[in-house]
Amino acid sequence: MTGSLLNPGKPIFLFLALLSFTRISSAQESPYIVTYDHHLEEPGNLEVEYFSTFGTQRAGNDFHAYWMEFEYGATAWWTTEFYLDAQTTFQDSSLFTGFRWENRFRPLQTEHFINPVIYIEYENISEADKTIKEVEGHDVESDFADLNAALRKEHDHELELKLILSKDYKGWNFALNPLATKNLSPDDPWEFGYAIGISRPLALRASPQPCRFCRENFIVGAELYGGLGDTQSFGLHETSHYLAPAVAWNLPSGWTVRLSPGFGLNDTSHRLLLRWGLSREFSGFGEIARSLFGGRQ
Amino acid sequence: MRMHASYMVLLGALAGGCLPAQQPKSRHYDPLIQVLQKVPEKARAKNNPFQNDPEAAAAGGKLFEQHCAECHGQMAEGGKRGPSLEAEELQHARPGEIFWILTNGIVRRGMPSWSKLPEPQRWQIIMFLQSLNGPEPRSHS
Repeated sequence: MTGSLLNPGKPIFLFLALLSFTRISSAQESPYIVTYDHHLEEPGNLEVEYFSTFGTQRAGNDFHAYWMEFEYGATAWWTTEFYLDAQTTFQDSSLFTGFRWENRFRPLQTEHFINPVIYIEYENISEADKTIKEVEGHDVESDFADLNAALRKEHDHELELKLILSKDYKGWNFALNPLATKNLSPDDPWEFGYAIGISRPLALRASPQPCRFCRENFIVGAELYGGLGDTQSFGLHETSHYLAPAVAWNLPSGWTVRLSPGFGLNDTSHRLLLRWGLSREFSGFGEIARSLFGGRQ
Repeated sequence: MRMHASYMVLLGALAGGCLPAQQPKSRHYDPLIQVLQKVPEKARAKNNPFQNDPEAAAAGGKLFEQHCAECHGQMAEGGKRGPSLEAEELQHARPGEIFWILTNGIVRRGMPSWSKLPEPQRWQIIMFLQSLNGPEPRSHS
């Protein structure tokens, strides 16, 4: 009996059954892949996202890292996300590299000149994780050069904190995310990093007719992100940095497509991190789950 | 068994405990009146730049269907998660007041901020909302 309940097919089937009762919702997603703005998921909605990163690797094999992201709007001021990470290193192997659980809280009830959001994430990933969802500390390209068999042996349990600062002005979004990460083993120092983003829709007003290729459906932008050392050696020495133009295409059918080629800015960065993603938002997921699991009415 | 129970607890807690409470469909929605009273004078005085644009209500209808109908109903008649927007208070509200609510949301009541939509699109939605009881047909679909 226990064996059948632990069968991983059951929760997947349950999850797909829940999705089948939901309604597709149209999203207005930003093009950012690394940076966060202050906009949270709508309450009760679930966004399912797939992202890919193709990375070049000097003194090693190029790789393709990918992750699934389940983003749920628990309330209008709290969004929670669960990630599953994996990667394939060419001429080496493919492996699951771990999971992450992220929460974002909006402390202020209304829009302000700058809007803060508090970000707290727990990561349980191996050193073989190559999603490079954020760059921190002294992360450099050579860290990823070893074979998967060696990298997977070391596991990180990390706490990551971000302060998301974001502002919308005349259609533009400006976002700044300073971050601090601590491996939960006592000997490791706090590591620091940053991400900066700017974006804008190609058109600010909507056209009266539904359309796939209207300019309003495309949001373009750029991200700049990198490491800032750690508590033992703070600064830019032995850090990596990337500049990544980005575009999001929000389709009326509820799908969003993102594309972002990131270019390393110094010799310790990967030359290219080509990222793309596909996401879809399901509205009413919380309502369906509530009715099935007997939550508060 | 423990694993199965933990899925139930997690999903139940996230889905049941955290969703906004069901909103009334009545044409008099008290929280809306309270929020309308809180709108700053400067925001209240803003005029809709699309006031004389005949296409704005149709564009706003399209946006409403994409972003708002899942809570407020296809024609703003109210839904399980959001109140009717045909309420008299809203129909008589000034455009600047509705714009302020759209921009800031009513976060504690489960209405998110819609500042991620560019300002012109928020004004277009207001044109649609204020056309609901007007002489023009609801022509967005």
